[in-house]
Amino acid sequence: MLDFIARRLIAIIPVLTVVAVFVFLMLRLTPGDPAAVIAGDNATSDQIADIRTKLGLDEPIWTQFVIWIGNILQGNFGESFFFKKTVAELIAQRVEPTLALAVCTLIIAITVAVPMGVLAAYRHGSLIDRFVMGFSVLGFSVPVFVIGYCLIYVFAIELGWLPVQGYVRIGVNFWGFLERMVLPSITLAVIFVALIARMTRASVLEVLNEDYIRTARAKGLSNRVVLMRHALRNAAVPILTVIGLGIAGLIGGAVVTESVYGLPGLGRLTVEAVLSRDFPTIQTVILLFSVVYVVINLLIDISYTLFDPRIRY
Amino acid sequence: MKQITRRMLAAIATGTILAVAGPVLAQGKVVRYVKNGNLTILDPVWTTAYVTRDHGYMIYDTLFAMDENNAVKPQMVDKYTVSPDKLTWTFTLRDGLEWHDGKPVMAEDCVASLQRWGKRDTMGQKLMDFVKEFKVVDAKTFTMQLKEPYGLVLDTLGKPSSNTPFMMPKAVAETDPFKQFGVYTGSGPFIYVDKESKPGEKHVYIKNPKYKPRAEPASGLAGGKVVKVDRVEVVEMPDTQQQVNAIIAGEIDVLEQLPHDLIPVLKKEKNVKLVDWNPLGHVFVIRFNWLTKPFDNPKVRLAALYAMRQEDYLKATIGDPAYYKVCSAAFICGTPNAVDAPDGMLTKPNFEKSKALLKEAGYDGTPIVLMQSTTLPALTNMAPVTKALLEQGGFKVDMQSMDWQTLVTRRTKKDPADKGGWNVFHTYSVSADALNPISNAYFAANGDKAWFGWPNDPEMEKLRDQYAKETDPAKGKALAAKVQARALETGQFGWLGQWYGPGATRSNVTGWLKAPVPVMWNIEKK
Repeated sequence: MLDFIARRLIAIIPVLTVVAVFVFLMLRLTPGDPAAVIAGDNATSDQIADIRTKLGLDEPIWTQFVIWIGNILQGNFGESFFFKKTVAELIAQRVEPTLALAVCTLIIAITVAVPMGVLAAYRHGSLIDRFVMGFSVLGFSVPVFVIGYCLIYVFAIELGWLPVQGYVRIGVNFWGFLERMVLPSITLAVIFVALIARMTRASVLEVLNEDYIRTARAKGLSNRVVLMRHALRNAAVPILTVIGLGIAGLIGGAVVTESVYGLPGLGRLTVEAVLSRDFPTIQTVILLFSVVYVVINLLIDISYTLFDPRIRY
Repeated sequence: MKQITRRMLAAIATGTILAVAGPVLAQGKVVRYVKNGNLTILDPVWTTAYVTRDHGYMIYDTLFAMDENNAVKPQMVDKYTVSPDKLTWTFTLRDGLEWHDGKPVMAEDCVASLQRWGKRDTMGQKLMDFVKEFKVVDAKTFTMQLKEPYGLVLDTLGKPSSNTPFMMPKAVAETDPFKQFGVYTGSGPFIYVDKESKPGEKHVYIKNPKYKPRAEPASGLAGGKVVKVDRVEVVEMPDTQQQVNAIIAGEIDVLEQLPHDLIPVLKKEKNVKLVDWNPLGHVFVIRFNWLTKPFDNPKVRLAALYAMRQEDYLKATIGDPAYYKVCSAAFICGTPNAVDAPDGMLTKPNFEKSKALLKEAGYDGTPIVLMQSTTLPALTNMAPVTKALLEQGGFKVDMQSMDWQTLVTRRTKKDPADKGGWNVFHTYSVSADALNPISNAYFAANGDKAWFGWPNDPEMEKLRDQYAKETDPAKGKALAAKVQARALETGQFGWLGQWYGPGATRSNVTGWLKAPVPVMWNIEKK
C-alpha cells in the first residue's frame, strides 16, 4: 500500500509539469494584457508599456517561464499583479470559504443522495423511484445560478429566514457561518444529489439482483440489514468513484456559486484573476486545483480497499 | 435568597439585552457599501481605475477640491498667493493636518506627492511641463515656480477624477511612480484598516478621529469633510442581481451604481431610495484609429461622425430618458465650456453627407473593424448601434465581440485592422474628466503620446496649449469652443451623449453630496 501511495505521489510531478506548461502557454497565448488592465482606461500607450516593463512582461516568453518555475521550486509563487500581496497570501485568505462550501456541499449531497438512491432502487418502479429519477434529471438540467436565485428569492427575500449573501469566518461567529452556508451549499449540492442518487440507484439495483442478496434474504435478514450491510457496501465502489469525479465538478460549480452568493473563495479569486489577467494568481490556483484533484483521486482509490477487500495495491 | 435570585435574574437579563443590543447599536454607525467594481489596486497614482480613486478620497486629502458648482476651492491649503507675473505660486497648509500615524503633514510631503503624481497623470504631466521647480519654504509652506504663466494651475491641483493629486507622506510618495506602494497612510477623513481588509471580501475604513475638517459646509468634494459614521465597509459583491437583493434585505446600506434594467425593481421598495449623486454623469465616446486605413483619412472619420445619432445610443444602452441627455457639447452640457456642435452633428445623422464624404475619400468598401465589449453592461449595446448607423452611412462593418480586457489590450496595437489591429471602439468616462480641453484626454492630438487612436494634429495641440496658458476665463471658453470645432473638423473622435447612473441607499442613510465622485463624509445612518 505504501509503495502504491508513494508511486501515486511521485506521479503528481509529471502531471503538474504538464499543467504548468499548459497553463503558462495558454495564458500567454490568450489575448489580454495585465498592464493595460492595471493602467486603467485613462492611461496612454507609453504608460502601459512602462508598467509592462516593471512587471517583466516584455521579457521573452521562455525567460518568463524559467523565472516562474524557478521561483515555484523555491516555494515562491510570486506576487499578484494587482493586489499588493503574494499569491500564497491571497490563496490562504480564500481557502476557507471554498473548503467550507465543498465540505458542506458534500455532506448534504451524500446524506441526501445515498438514501434517496437506495430507496429508489429498493422501490424500483414505484412513485418514489420516479420522483428520484425526475429529480435527477431536473438537478442535472437546471443551471446552478438559477437554483441559487430561486432559493434566495424564497428563503432570503420572501421569507427572510437566511441572509442573501456574504461569508462569516467560522472562527468569528459559528452561527453566522452556518446561516450563510445553508443556501450556497444546497444550491451547489443539487447537481451532486442528482448525480450520486442516480448512480446509487443503478449500483444498488444491480447488486439487489445478485445471488448473495437472495441468500441473505433467504437467511431471514431484515430489509434494512440486507440493504445497508450487503447491498450498499457492495455497491459503494462506483458510488465513491462518482463522488471523487464530482469533486472536480464541485470546483467548477464553486466558481458560479461563490459569485452568486458573494463568497470570497478560490472560485471567485479565479474568475477575478482571469478577468484581470493576473497571471501569477491564475497559474498558482490552477496548479493548486490540479494537486487537489490528484490527491482526492488517490484518497478515493485508497478508500476502495475499505469497501472491497478484493482490491489490493 | 429570593431577592438575590431576582437581582441575579435581572442582571442576567440586562446582560443578555446588552449583549444582543450591543452589536446592534454599534452596527448603527457602520455603513456597508458596494462599489461598482472590485478594489484591487490601492495606489491611486498607479492606476486610473475609478474604484481606486474613490479609495483615495477615503484616506487621502487634496490641496484643492472642486465644489458642487465646479469651482476649485482650497482644501488642505489654508491660503495661496500668485505673484504679479503669475510665475510663482505660494501655498500654505492649514494648521493641525496630521498623517494617520500621528506625524504632521509637511510641505515637503506635498511636494513629493505632486512630483510622483505629475509623472503619471495627463494633466499633471502638462502642469509639470510648465513647472521650473518646487521649493519648500517652511514646514507648512512651499512654492511652485513656473517657466511661463499657466492658466490651469488650480484646475489641475483641484482635479476631481483620476488621477487625483492626493497628498501622501514623503516616504510613500518617493515610491517609483510605476510601482505600487504597500503603505496606506493618508491624512484624509478615514483610516484604511489593512488588517481587517480582505481583497475580494471587504475593505474596512474607520473614522479618522484626528481629522480636522474645514469650517465651511461640505460642497461637492470641497468644504468640511465631516465624518458621521464610525466605520465604512466596502463589501465586494460581483453579481448585480445579488447587490439589489442584498440592499432590499438590508444587508448592505449603499449601492454605488445600479444597472439601468434593475432600477424599476428598487423603485418599488419602500426601504430603499435612489440617489443621483453625480449630477454631471458620464459621457459615451467613439474613438477612431488615425493610424490605420481607412480612418487615417479625415474625410472617412467625418463621414462616420455624420452618421452618428446620440439618442440611438442612449436609448439602446440606458433606455429611460430620465437617465440620459442628448448633448452635442464636448465639454458637458451645463458647464462653463459647453458649446453646441454645428449642423446637428452627432444628434441628427446625415447619411447622404456620409456617403458623399466616403466617395470623396475613395473608400473601397473594405470592412472596418469595430471592437465590441461584451462584459461592461454600459458599453455592450454601443457597437451594434454604431454598426447599424455606419452601414446606413455607406460603411461596411466587421463588428468583433470580445471581453473588455481583451479590448483594452487590442486597442494598444497599432497594426492594420486585418493584422490584429482595429479601426473603431467605444468607451465612456465620468463627465468630470471631460470639462476642458486639457483634462479631457480624448482631445490630446500629439500622435504617439495621445490616447488610443493616436490622433496627430499640430493645430489641435497649438489650440490646447493656448487654452492651457490662458488665464482669462472668457477667452478660455472661446478657445475651448475652437478646440471642439477643430475636433469636429478633423473627425478626431465623437462624444455620444451624457448618461446618469443612480445609486441606491437604504432609507435610513442620508447626507449624500452631489459630486463627481461618491464620497462617504457627510453620510449619516439613522
